Amino acid sequence: MAHAQTTHAPSDKYYVPHSSPWPLIGSIALFTTVGGGALWLNHAQAGPWVMTVGFGILLFMFAGWFGAVIKESEARMYNDAVDRSFRMGMMWFIFSEVMFFAAFFGALWYARNFSVPWLGGEGTRALTKIIRGDNYEAAWPTDGPGNVGGDFDVIPAFGLPAINTAILLTSGVTITIAHHAIKAGNRAVLNIFLGLTILLGFLFVYLQAHEYIEAYQHYNLKLTSGIYGSTFFMLTGFHGFHVTMGAIMLTVIWFRCLKGHFTPTHHFAFEGVAWYWHFVDVVWLGLFVFVYWL
Amino acid sequence: MAHAHDAHAAHDHHDDHGPAKGIGRWLFATNHKDIGTMYMLFSLLMFFIGGAMAMIIRAELFKPGMQLVDPIFFNQMTTMHALIMIFGAVMPAFVGLANWMIPLQVGAPDMALPRMNNFSFWILPFAFTMLIGTLFVPGGAPAGGWTMYPPLSQQTGEAFPMLIFAVHLMGASSIMGAINVIVTIMNMRAPGMSLLKMPIFVWTWLITAYLLIAVMPVLAGAVTMLLTDHYFGTTFFEAAGGGDPVMFQHIFWFFGHPEVYIMILPAFGIISEIIPTFSRKPLFGYDAMVYATASIAFLSFIVWAHHMFTVGMPLAGQMFFMLATMLIAVPTGVKVFNWTATMFKGSLSFEPPMLFAISFLFLFTIGGFSGLMLAIVPADFQYHDTYFVVAHFHYVLVPGAVFSLMAAAYYWLPKWTGHMYNMKLAKAHFWLSTIFVNVLFFPQHFLGLAGMPRRIPDYSTQFADWNMISSIGGFGFGLSQLLFAYIVFACIRGGEKATDKVWDSGRPQGLEWTLSSPPPYHSFETAPEVK
Repeated sequence: MAHAQTTHAPSDKYYVPHSSPWPLIGSIALFTTVGGGALWLNHAQAGPWVMTVGFGILLFMFAGWFGAVIKESEARMYNDAVDRSFRMGMMWFIFSEVMFFAAFFGALWYARNFSVPWLGGEGTRALTKIIRGDNYEAAWPTDGPGNVGGDFDVIPAFGLPAINTAILLTSGVTITIAHHAIKAGNRAVLNIFLGLTILLGFLFVYLQAHEYIEAYQHYNLKLTSGIYGSTFFMLTGFHGFHVTMGAIMLTVIWFRCLKGHFTPTHHFAFEGVAWYWHFVDVVWLGLFVFVYWL
Repeated sequence: MAHAHDAHAAHDHHDDHGPAKGIGRWLFATNHKDIGTMYMLFSLLMFFIGGAMAMIIRAELFKPGMQLVDPIFFNQMTTMHALIMIFGAVMPAFVGLANWMIPLQVGAPDMALPRMNNFSFWILPFAFTMLIGTLFVPGGAPAGGWTMYPPLSQQTGEAFPMLIFAVHLMGASSIMGAINVIVTIMNMRAPGMSLLKMPIFVWTWLITAYLLIAVMPVLAGAVTMLLTDHYFGTTFFEAAGGGDPVMFQHIFWFFGHPEVYIMILPAFGIISEIIPTFSRKPLFGYDAMVYATASIAFLSFIVWAHHMFTVGMPLAGQMFFMLATMLIAVPTGVKVFNWTATMFKGSLSFEPPMLFAISFLFLFTIGGFSGLMLAIVPADFQYHDTYFVVAHFHYVLVPGAVFSLMAAAYYWLPKWTGHMYNMKLAKAHFWLSTIFVNVLFFPQHFLGLAGMPRRIPDYSTQFADWNMISSIGGFGFGLSQLLFAYIVFACIRGGEKATDKVWDSGRPQGLEWTLSSPPPYHSFETAPEVK
């Protein structure tokens, strides 16, 4: 191959790290964390402790792994091809997250359109109701014919959830302003609007926690409130967890911005986190419409 | 800044040449070949552990009556055999092949995200430590079938959270592996290699990776709901709370059906590489093969309920899923036709990879036909949960997926190790495997049609003859695989030197044959030009 003789500028080379301890440490961390979780669920005393140790190793791994990547990035070891790999990787990761939520949205859809009407004797299932011999009204929201968890009320959509929608949508705007600022090299605007996005993110999490407390204390709406409680808390809970993660990621990026990381052309980490933020935003819109409103 | 840049690059270049010394090479690996090797050796180990469980199952079924194990342990064996073979043997073996071959075939220096590559591998030994560990906890291993249907699976003892978390870990590993495959293919191809110039194995893996990212998270969601139903009082799968156990089956099989194609599409890719080499003709209908693979992948998302015809669903649902399922025969038929047409008037030779490929072609097609029978709703009412189903999916998975893996190993092993293996022994391994696999699984069709249920440790005496024959086939097949392990390890240790092209008399296509055998540690330091 004649091609092999030509000397390339180093930046032409796709950066391949020689070796890294972090993946193995990460595997140990995951194993310890879920192992501790399994022990805990099986009522072993060591469970919570093992799980805490697992989380500790996990945090250590994240700090170390991302630390190494940030160092390499700031040393300009990543050329455009590496940057493209990161972008594609992030996009497909977000797609996998979309599918994870799809499972729970699917459960909600199935319960509302099939299992609940069928329990109410819809279609050819008239006997279901007669055999069970109760007066179960198959209407959403429901905790099933067993009235599992007792009577409950639902959170009205146009109260706190609508405010939360406004907060998240606004945070989508502020992060976009920050994105334009990073591209224009306007660091002051970047720092202010990214900081604002983080504040809005944590405000959302705070209000969501408030809503959960309200639900448990005043609405008798619990995780155990039949299929409504199950879908409500699992969907909003996983979403809230993702918002929290996203806000923490934004915070890391914010500190990096303050330290002067990133350039107008080289800021994958910022964009990746921004995409993630838009993703949690879109999921929330789905939640607002299908969980709270309709 | 430019100065720092150069200094770093020079530094990297310096110690980037060879593998690290000692165990660190494997524990901290970032090299696609090292990680690919670990994946494949891990999958071989799992193949023998899952295989040992199959031997226990066949030993118990050798005669009617209960002789060896108690029924609960028997059920643990069927459940664990499936989980280990699917998630531990077949899937990691294909990911290992992807790791080794995709950078070589697209002309890349390595996988796109080398550290994440190592992460997706190293999660697996831990996940399977947890899964196999369930055998030793109070209540024993999961015994409700690998599909984990509630409410039965909710009766699992202390193994339950371990099962769920092990599945989560495997899912995380698969998703990261799949992201790496897609990014490598989309971003790391040599200049000039447009999508429709990619080797067909790369194409099938691209589509497989897409399926993996789309469905593994759904499985994670499904098992998470099982966990919260069990421990946290949710009622996703309990009618009393307005949920439905059937809902689990829908979510599970939305994952499960694409999953079975995840285990066969890369196999199609392997066969499509091997048959042209030893027919000395280009692959017949390359474009059609690509489109057929994509069609199969698309259809895999809209056929899931054919796994649950007997569970009760509206007539419209049964009709839709029956017809959609039958539609899959069209692209699959295109593939079988094209393989046959590639061989037609070819100058064939029968080296071990080609033998396994031809065996795949015939025996996988038998599995496909029994699949068509199962797709017919009224017929399925009879076949459901009988040994006919067991025969069907073992035909597509053993002489299908597993034979393709054997074929791949015999095809690329000289490229990987730089040594030829013992051809005579490999051919013996082929004949033993092909004969015994049929003795093992063909009688199970008869048993199923006669009404023998699956997942039952004892049976009526009318089923005795075929069960004994099937068990003999099982033991023979299991023992023959020891030969495979011997051939592989002997080839790693030494043997006749392999040339760069390896199959000099054949017509191997693809960039991997332009590199030395074994290839340099960093496959393509400079991207080759593809015309």
